[in-house]
This record gives sequence, C-alpha cells and structure tokens, in this order.
Amino acid sequence: MRNIRAVAANTFREAVRDRVLYNLVFFALLMMGAAILVGQISIGIEQDVIVSLGLTATSVIGLFIAVFLGVALVSKEMDKRTLYALLAKPVERWEFLLGKFCGLVMTLAVNTAAMALGLYAALWTVKHPLERADAYILLAVYLILLKLAIIVALALLFSCFTSPFLAILFTAGLYVAGLFASDLRTVHTVKLDPSALAFMRGISYLLPNFQNFDVMSAVVHGEGVSSAFVWSATLYAVLYCVIVLAAAAAVFSRRNLK
Amino acid sequence: MGCAFHFSEHPAVESVDGRRGVENNESMPQAAIEIEHLSKEYPYGFLHLKKKKSLEDLSMRVEDGEVFGFLGPNGAGKSTTIKLLMRLIFPTSGTARILGKSIDDVSMHASLGYLPEQPYFYDYLTAYEVLDYFARFHNLTAADRKARVDAMLKKVGLDTAKKIQLRKYSKGMLQRVGLAQAILHEPQVVVLDEPMSGLDPLGRREVRDIILELRREGRTVLFSTHVLSDAEMLCDRVGVIVGGKLRGVGAPGELVDMKAQGMEILFELPGELPNLPLLAKATRIGDRYRTHFPEAELYPALEQLKTVNARILSVAQIKPTLEEFFMNLVEADRAQASAVDVSGK
Repeated sequence: MRNIRAVAANTFREAVRDRVLYNLVFFALLMMGAAILVGQISIGIEQDVIVSLGLTATSVIGLFIAVFLGVALVSKEMDKRTLYALLAKPVERWEFLLGKFCGLVMTLAVNTAAMALGLYAALWTVKHPLERADAYILLAVYLILLKLAIIVALALLFSCFTSPFLAILFTAGLYVAGLFASDLRTVHTVKLDPSALAFMRGISYLLPNFQNFDVMSAVVHGEGVSSAFVWSATLYAVLYCVIVLAAAAAVFSRRNLK
Repeated sequence: MGCAFHFSEHPAVESVDGRRGVENNESMPQAAIEIEHLSKEYPYGFLHLKKKKSLEDLSMRVEDGEVFGFLGPNGAGKSTTIKLLMRLIFPTSGTARILGKSIDDVSMHASLGYLPEQPYFYDYLTAYEVLDYFARFHNLTAADRKARVDAMLKKVGLDTAKKIQLRKYSKGMLQRVGLAQAILHEPQVVVLDEPMSGLDPLGRREVRDIILELRREGRTVLFSTHVLSDAEMLCDRVGVIVGGKLRGVGAPGELVDMKAQGMEILFELPGELPNLPLLAKATRIGDRYRTHFPEAELYPALEQLKTVNARILSVAQIKPTLEEFFMNLVEADRAQASAVDVSGK
C-alpha cells in the first residue's frame, strides 16, 4: 500500500506541475461566458443551458485528460526511462500500475470537483437561491468521474502493449463504441443472422457501457437520480476497472523495457 | 605487440583465477551475484520472426564484498546483463540470484542499489524530492528519510542545488542524482551501469572514491564500463564481454600475462641515428627515439647507445595492459564475424 501511495502522490504532483489543472481556467471562462450570455438570450431555460453546458464540458475536458494522460502514464515512463530506477526498488510492477492509475484518478477527482464548484457558481449567477434538486448535479459529476476512471484504466491497458498513438486510438475508439454499447443489445430489431446477433450481444457486454453513467438529461430537467442507479453504476465501474487493471498488470508483468 | 592471454573460454567451467565455475558451486560460499547460463534474444524483422542474440549463455559469479568490473565495447551485452538482473527485461533462458535470492523475488531489491545507464529522472522534481520519493519505497521513517537524503546530497556534491528542478541539471549532475538514489538505502549489492559516463574528471574521481568507500564498507559493487583505466584502478576482478559472450573473468593483473614482454628505451641523440644493428628498429618522435627489444639484449643496446653519446631518457619494461587484452578480444571478435560473413556469402 505504501508503494502505491507513493507512486499515486507523485503522479498527482506531476499532473499539477505539468499544469494539467490549467484547464480549469478555460472551464471557468467558459462558464462565466455562458452565464452572461444565457442571461441575455434565453428566457426560462438559463438553468438547463448552464447545467448541460457545464456537465458536457466537465465530461469532454475530463475525457481528454483521461485519454492523453492515461496513455502517457506508462509510455512516458518507459520512453524517458524514469521507470528503470523505480523498478529496481522493492516495487512490484502491478503496484506501479495501480499507483499510476490512482494518481490520475485523484487528479481527475480534483479537476471535476473544481469544475462542479464552477458550475454551481455559474448557476448561482442566473438563479439564487439554489434548490434542493440542484444537488443532483453533484451525482452527475460523480458519475462522470466513474466513467473517466474506466477510460484511464483502458488507456493504461493499451499503453502497456502498444505505441502511445495506437493506445490513444484504441481508447478513443472504445469510448465511442462504449457510448453505443446498450444499442448493440437492442439490435434484434434489425434483421440479422442469429450468430451475428449473438456476436454483437457478446461484444456489447465486453464493451464499457457508458450509458450506465449518463444522467445528464435527468439532472438538466431537475429530475432525481435513484440511489440504486448510482450504486449499480459504482459497482459496474469498480468491477470494470479491476478487470482491466488486472489485464494491464498481467501484460506489464512480462513486458521487456527497451 | 604480442600478449599472452590467460582466460577461460567458458568461465562456467573454470575461471582464470582458478575458482571453480558456477556449475560446481555447492561447496562454495554464497556469492553476491550468481548468473547461470543467462541468454537473451531479441526478435526483429517482419512479424518478429528473426532473432538476434544479445547475450549468450552467460555464467559468472560476483563474490561478496568485491568490486567487479564488467568490461566490453558498446553493444557487447553489459547493459543487457544488468537489465536482466534488475528484471527490466526477461531472459530467453537461464537464471540468476542476488544474495541467494532469485531475481524474480522483488523483496531482494531492498538490498540492491541500481544506477541505470544515462539515468533520467522526473524532471519536474528537485533532487531532494527525487531522493525523498525513492526513499519512500524503503522502510524508513520520515526523519530517517530526511537525514539520509540530506547526507546523500552532500556526499554526491548536490547539497547546494537540491532545490533546483532536475530539468535544469547537467548530465553530470543527473549522474550524481542517479548514484545517490542507488546507494541511498545502504544496499548490500550495488550495480552501476556506466557510472562514470558524462562526468568531468573531478566527477569521475568522486565516483571512484564512492566505489572505494562502498568496498571499505564491505558492500559488493558490480559496475560496467568501457573505460579500462577505471577498471584497473578499482576492481578486484573484471569480466570481459564481447559480442554477447563472456570472454574472460579474473583479476585485472591475472587476465593478462604480467611478465615483461621486453624492454623499451627512450633516448636523445646529438645527430642522426647511426647505423647500429640493435637500433635499426628505433622510431623517431620529434628529437627523441624509442626502441624496444628482448630483455636479454638490454645491456648490449645500452653499450651501443653509450658509444654514440646518446642521452638515455628512460628505460622501462613493456607489460601488456588490460586495454590491449580488451582490444585484442574485440578485434578477434570482429575478424570472426567478418569471416562468418564471407563464408556465408
């Protein structure tokens, strides 16, 4: 645990010193601009615009960080050979991977938390006081974070056995495919060969189902999110990350460094 | 200049210093590092179907408390061996043990220090932060960590630059950071890959002093180098590796026949070199002449030089150096490789 904590803390420090959190400035400007603009052009839907814009920006910016930094977690250490001295210490390779994963998820947690604050601040400028239903925004942000954790795990897995470019491509491809994972399960409405249908259904269960984390329309319209939904999404994300990280550890445990 | 080389072709059977090889090591005390038939092949080409041997059936021992130099030209397999020991890469076949434990056992790394070749560390950290980070992987208290990091920075001469980010460090300074992290936790076995690389003469001397200090403390040091003078100066024993094969193991003086190979006289003459039979082979270097011949002909040669009023500047024995031994092996290896090429064609 000590080793994982040390690697995670260093990964977080790297992200901070490499100015990753500067994206928050962009987010803050976006939210300020949106708050001023919607006040002038929209009547009655200011809240909807602010919330959906804020959550989309949180998700997209987080996605960029998760993919690009996730891939760099291992590949950068191998390219720059910073890993050599570390693996000569009493550190298991899986501990290194898990530490890197936790460090980046910690960075994303701080980032999304700061964005949630910015979102509430923008919301407050168009309507105050805030209502009880606005607390669901926090749940939406939490679910975005879970989604990002899965993306980090996938990026980490791909970077363990392929080039950074391909790892980015694979991760982004799986993200897009994961957005439509549920649709693959309902594809029986289309006329297809039964074996092709079974194959697509099988694939749909392997793909990360990002629709499990999508509560944006419910939150934008002030509808609630059930605790069962949040718990099942949490369990799904944890299990998916564990499986992907175990695969990454298995691949990386026999990887020859150059 | 001809040299008589005494080395074992296969040190696993018998090494130059008379020690029995690793195959019969049951009666021997535990070595700090034991390598048994270690080989490494790298796949290359389309679909990785071809294989290049980087290391071939390497067997050797590094005894407890000795400084062992691992010599060889670039690409000989030194770094490959060290990376195999550190489990940065995995062998095609063979095994190795450090302090009696398999290299697969990560806990063994608590007693092991390693300096990678051309070390590179997190450049967003300061030297203090890097050492503190690496110290966290050893079972040290916060106070202990701080004390050790401070002492180590002082030892490698970086105490005044400890708060500067590594991205502003020179190559030599990074090398010092690398050395510091390798010995920070006071390991029993220290493996240094080209520790003198990138250092100025002062830095090289400091590294030499650190290696000697480690020896005084009873630690085992294995270091790779292609600078032979460093090996001659520091090592109890050296192993020479060329083309992925170990070509000799022994004390620097034992690797080559240290018997004098002849005599050399350096002298000055007032005029041109007279036509004397013994001096016919003399070479002119500026105003001076250098000649060499068998030891038995020394006094007649001196007599002849006396008759022509030569001024003797020096008389010295010619002894083969480790460098000559090394170069001879490299050239033999190249000749063998080109012979294989020709016959292959």
